[in-house]
Amino acid sequence: MQLDALDKELMCSGHVGCPGCGATIAMRFVLKALGEKTVMVLPACCWSVIAGPFPQSSLRIPVIHTAFETGGATASGVRAALDMKGDTETTVITWAGDGGTFDIGFQALSGAVERNEDFIYACYDNEAYMNTGIQRSSSTPYGAWTTTTTGADWKKLRKKNIVEALVAHRIPYAATANIAFPEDLIRKVKKAKAIKGSKFLHIYASCPTGWRIPSEMSIKIARMAVQTNIFPLYEVENGVNYTINYKPKEYLVREYFKLQGRFRHLKDTDLDQIQEMVNEDWWLLLRKAGEHA
Amino acid sequence: MKKVLEGSHAVAEAVRLARVQVISAYPITPQTHIVEILSDYVTTGKMDAKYLRVESEHSCMAALIGAQSTGIRTFTATSSQGLALMHELLHWASGARLPIVMAEVNRALAPGWNIWNDQTDSLAQRDTGWIQLYCEDGQEVLDTTIQAYRLAEIVNLPAMVVLDAFYLSHTYEPVDVPDQDEVDRFLPPYKPAFILDTKHPYSLSPLVTPNAYMEMRYDIAMAMDDALGQFDRVEEEFAMIFDRRYGAVEAIDCDDADIVFVTSGTVTSTGRLLLEELRPRGEKVGVLKIKLFRPFPVEAVRRALGKAKKVVVVDRNFSFGASGIFAQEVRAAICNVPGHPPIFGYIAGLGGRDITVQLLEEIYFDVKGSATPRKESIWVGLQEVNRAT
Repeated sequence: MQLDALDKELMCSGHVGCPGCGATIAMRFVLKALGEKTVMVLPACCWSVIAGPFPQSSLRIPVIHTAFETGGATASGVRAALDMKGDTETTVITWAGDGGTFDIGFQALSGAVERNEDFIYACYDNEAYMNTGIQRSSSTPYGAWTTTTTGADWKKLRKKNIVEALVAHRIPYAATANIAFPEDLIRKVKKAKAIKGSKFLHIYASCPTGWRIPSEMSIKIARMAVQTNIFPLYEVENGVNYTINYKPKEYLVREYFKLQGRFRHLKDTDLDQIQEMVNEDWWLLLRKAGEHA
Repeated sequence: MKKVLEGSHAVAEAVRLARVQVISAYPITPQTHIVEILSDYVTTGKMDAKYLRVESEHSCMAALIGAQSTGIRTFTATSSQGLALMHELLHWASGARLPIVMAEVNRALAPGWNIWNDQTDSLAQRDTGWIQLYCEDGQEVLDTTIQAYRLAEIVNLPAMVVLDAFYLSHTYEPVDVPDQDEVDRFLPPYKPAFILDTKHPYSLSPLVTPNAYMEMRYDIAMAMDDALGQFDRVEEEFAMIFDRRYGAVEAIDCDDADIVFVTSGTVTSTGRLLLEELRPRGEKVGVLKIKLFRPFPVEAVRRALGKAKKVVVVDRNFSFGASGIFAQEVRAAICNVPGHPPIFGYIAGLGGRDITVQLLEEIYFDVKGSATPRKESIWVGLQEVNRAT
């Protein structure tokens, strides 16, 4: 497969991600799509560690590490300063986990996109606070075990629909992407780079450590998330124009859940209920895209 | 040119003259006049800058951290709850060695809601690694803001210019506003060594393990120590052009004084009036104004208080479970000086209650009549308090 991206690697070997880490795969593709004229804002997340300790770095672009809840705000400042220096060409990208995006950083993100700051906000979503040891976030899906939703207290609340929250801000571009679909991911990153204003990318990034899956299953699980409609690939322009990028054939969520240790406790009746939720979300999306039969 | 300006307006003029390029702020009374004027300056082109209208003080400081790391000069102003919300990022700004300058209008913390003058907000940030400069009048506010950029950029530490709510922020006074070319002579363009630059890609503020963290902290400590000497140098350079200087401390009639009042902010002006009142009556009283609070000018304080028989610290702030905060600092500064004078701590004027000449005079005679302090902190001007049980 030939990817339409930079041959050069802007992420080096020697990073300290876990084997099979989806967040590292996502970073590699995104940097290949963005190229060297990129400044990265990195609020606290797995990547604060993965990048490597001082004085080393596995990233060959300028990076500013920043506090957990500041992804949107720090990027606003970097953008403003670059503009004042006459540099409107360099892309500013915030690279945050789901905790820094869905939860603690949501206010700063909402503020930045309401101001339509010219930057890309990329959330690599591994569906829990993985860096601190698998605690639940508002991105953790219904049914999941985490270290703060254990035993009978497995999470019985839906995952926050972050893309719809961003779409509600009517930003120029919001899209989902997935490490198992690199061509689609790279196309979306390049598209975001070319658009002026606030762009949001929600990137599915599997986590073998936190999901209790073998590391070699990372891509397979990610692909199944799209094939089951659990994580549909779509993009929204200006808060209204929906495009669904991939329409799977009928595929049952059960198979996705059965492969992951974090869902081991779920009964068939729970899985039936989850299937209904996924179907409902998919129909809602089809309707927004004007494709509802 | 002499103009009649509010303290807030004096800050804004200084920021304009310092050629700040990114301003970010979130409105809070009584800081609002500062940021309204700056917003207007940016809109009308009086300043070539961006104004980021952020959604919180926390995001404000984060935005400035991003902007300053990109190699340009920044500014914000805040107060009270807003400063408290910024707390995490105050540590970040100093740890990242960013010479951000902020105006901080001293206002009481809630509850109960109180928009009036009180120093506990800024003094609660004393361990964050920010230089802190307390101002007495409008001219000093303007001059100190310009000097703060010079000082901060020499030592690579952020600086807070502190002014009293309303007594200073909303009071009109004649202020000499310097010409741009004079300020340019004093304040050279900002040229940091490490910035976010795609041609030289550094990773700023990354993960640091125990084998390097302590050295980085020691470097900040050395920079803060260095700021003490650099402050004098900056004042010297400033005086050569503008013929004004203030000192890290100002000792007023301290040489022959038996009792010396230690003051900060606008209370110093009230202290000056106290001297006019008491000196002609033969009372040997002096005032030591402390302007530079971080780094704390230990030697200068020791020198100024060395000859006094008694020292009175008037604190418009309080650290619960301890004492007034300036009193703590003064005690710590002189405790190793043999035969040092006793320190009388007085708490006054919290939440905007007026500190009058009469109140200071009551304190003076109370101290004069006491051989040693009755208590660690004596709260003055109190009404009867029904303690909750």
